[in-house]
Amino acid sequence: MELNNSKAKRITWWQKNQVKISPWIFLAPGLIFFSIYVIAPIFVSIGISFYQWDGLSPSIYVGLQNYIELLDDEYFYISLWNNLKWLIFFMLAVPIGLGLAIFLNQIVFGIRLIKSLFFFPFVISQVVIGLIFTWFYQPNYGVIAPFLNFIGLEGFSILANENTATYGIIFAGLYPQIAYCLILYLTGLNNINPEQIEAGRMDGAKGFHLFWNIVLPQLRHATFLAIVVTVIGALRSFDMVAIMTQGGPYGYSNVLAYYMFEQALSEYGYRMGYGSAIATVLFTIMMFYILFFIYRMYRNEREDNN
Amino acid sequence: MKKVIISLIMMFGIISSTSFAGTLVINTDTSDAAPKEAFEYIIKKFEEENPDVTVKWNVFDHEGYKQSIRNFLNTDPPDVANWYAGNRMLPFVRAGLFEDVSDIWKDSGWVDGNLSENMEHAKKSMTIGGKQWGIPYTYYQWGVYYRKDLFTANGISVPKTWDDFVAACATLKAAGITPITIGSKYLWTTAGVFDYLNLRTNGYEFHMDLTLGKVPYTDPKVQAVFDKWDELVKPGYFLENHAALSWQEALTPMVNGEAAMYVMGNFAVAPLKEAGLRDSNLGFFQFPEITPGIPMAEEAPTDTVHIPSKAKNKTDAKRFLIFMSRADVQEEINKILGQLPINKNSSVKKGDPFLKAGLNMLNNAYAMAQFYDRDAPAQMASEGMKGFQEYMSNPDRRQKILERLEKVRQKVYK
Repeated sequence: MELNNSKAKRITWWQKNQVKISPWIFLAPGLIFFSIYVIAPIFVSIGISFYQWDGLSPSIYVGLQNYIELLDDEYFYISLWNNLKWLIFFMLAVPIGLGLAIFLNQIVFGIRLIKSLFFFPFVISQVVIGLIFTWFYQPNYGVIAPFLNFIGLEGFSILANENTATYGIIFAGLYPQIAYCLILYLTGLNNINPEQIEAGRMDGAKGFHLFWNIVLPQLRHATFLAIVVTVIGALRSFDMVAIMTQGGPYGYSNVLAYYMFEQALSEYGYRMGYGSAIATVLFTIMMFYILFFIYRMYRNEREDNN
Repeated sequence: MKKVIISLIMMFGIISSTSFAGTLVINTDTSDAAPKEAFEYIIKKFEEENPDVTVKWNVFDHEGYKQSIRNFLNTDPPDVANWYAGNRMLPFVRAGLFEDVSDIWKDSGWVDGNLSENMEHAKKSMTIGGKQWGIPYTYYQWGVYYRKDLFTANGISVPKTWDDFVAACATLKAAGITPITIGSKYLWTTAGVFDYLNLRTNGYEFHMDLTLGKVPYTDPKVQAVFDKWDELVKPGYFLENHAALSWQEALTPMVNGEAAMYVMGNFAVAPLKEAGLRDSNLGFFQFPEITPGIPMAEEAPTDTVHIPSKAKNKTDAKRFLIFMSRADVQEEINKILGQLPINKNSSVKKGDPFLKAGLNMLNNAYAMAQFYDRDAPAQMASEGMKGFQEYMSNPDRRQKILERLEKVRQKVYK
């Protein structure tokens, strides 16, 4: 009797809470690993930023010293400024991708092949793209050298000039990013409701008007995704910089992500605390962006549901 | 592919470190052809002489090694690891990861003759806090490599003084030839030029004081170095666009006869010869005198072997270090490397004019610098070389750069 009673109780508890608990059980593996490998390192890294540590010797607590040094660091401001350039010019990938997607969104013979060719840059590794563009830019024998000679810039090296190096890298970075946005928009265009376009046509909308008021709003989700992906891509632009200039000439094409690596992990670096301080700043900037977009996404979805 | 190999090697390392005594684990960064061959040879010879010892040798990728050594010294220490002399080993010595091997240097009974005597000139760069932390086995000279045929065609003889050197540059420039090629993408090549200008303008002691952080970068003596540098940079005697080129890419103009000189280490000879230059048109000369009467010190980076303090088989590791210090062993290893032995009793590969010139120069050198990025601490070196590169592209920013370097110096050496 006693036994039966307790058994009945236990079953009731499980039955009562089953619906509440089971999602957490399913989420548990993901949550555990996410906390260990993503959340915890963020806090550990922020913690390290208050220390002076070379990775070998015991670390010394220095308080805000790393951040104070950062405020007085010329290269930090150059990197920050370059990150801003990346944010602005990398955004070009979104309209260009959209333009190409609309151009390719037609039914003619062989369009699938052409679409896949346009998508190709995204398939190639960033490292390879960086390397190839470095060769393109070679002052005397690169592919663009004849063009530079023609406009009177003989022997001009884009990557060796402090004013042009960053733009040179961004341009190379745009190559795969445009393809990425293109794909996002192509799938978006597939899901467009033809009836709405038909209705618009009947009401006399055409050309740009039709595109702006009827097509683009339906591509809202694709646009949102393209912008988020591009912003994050711009902020963590590391591989291109590492391959093409290593932040040079003399640090003028550096971005925060690479500067962090240079200070913390490169051959002459091993200033873990200082690198962590840079990482923390970068993390804060990203966090603002991400929170803003999550907030917008949340609001939009609520509007959709109402 | 490389990654797979490295991880395989690392796994191998983990397995091998658990093996029994009598096994000597050696980690090296000798992934390039010649160094790899040299170590292959030397390990075989060591095993023949010491049949009771089995060597487990792990080759790491040359660049990757700089990262791996920081890990394996702590987590999975071998019994012997190779590294570099000077300030480059300071972080490991300070963290207590390298074993003090002063006894090998002191005790003449260990080796054929007294080590301190045979390697006297290299002892200083192995010493930190009055103790020695490893054994040097090879080094090479730095200097000016030049195109003999271009010099002859323009009536230039090998410059001995600074004025001759600048005049030679002017003649070459007028003839449409880039006087000095350089590729500064990876920064360190600029430090070679700076080191020599400083060694020749102010001498070895001042150079050491500067790299040890005892002198401000705004010192008039440093300004004097940049005055000399101005004489080369301002008239455009260096290769244009050097910031976009690696040191290897900057060899191309020299091979093509578009550039005449390169301030470089002896390792540049092999690729230059591979590209088609011969002893008949490629030459070497010592960096010319600037301030008369200052004894000529040279740049000679040294490669070394060390015992990690957490090594398991220190007895055999010491035997290996002693073995590596021997004149005959250094002779063989450097014949394969195409470099110079440290031990004074070793002889050099015959018929190589560059090694002969280098040996001659270094044997008469007043002192030897290790190279800016080995003499100065890492952070100072990286900021310094960035500054040199910026200066070479914008000589008018000199003051600003030096003030920035001074700011870094005050932070780094406090």
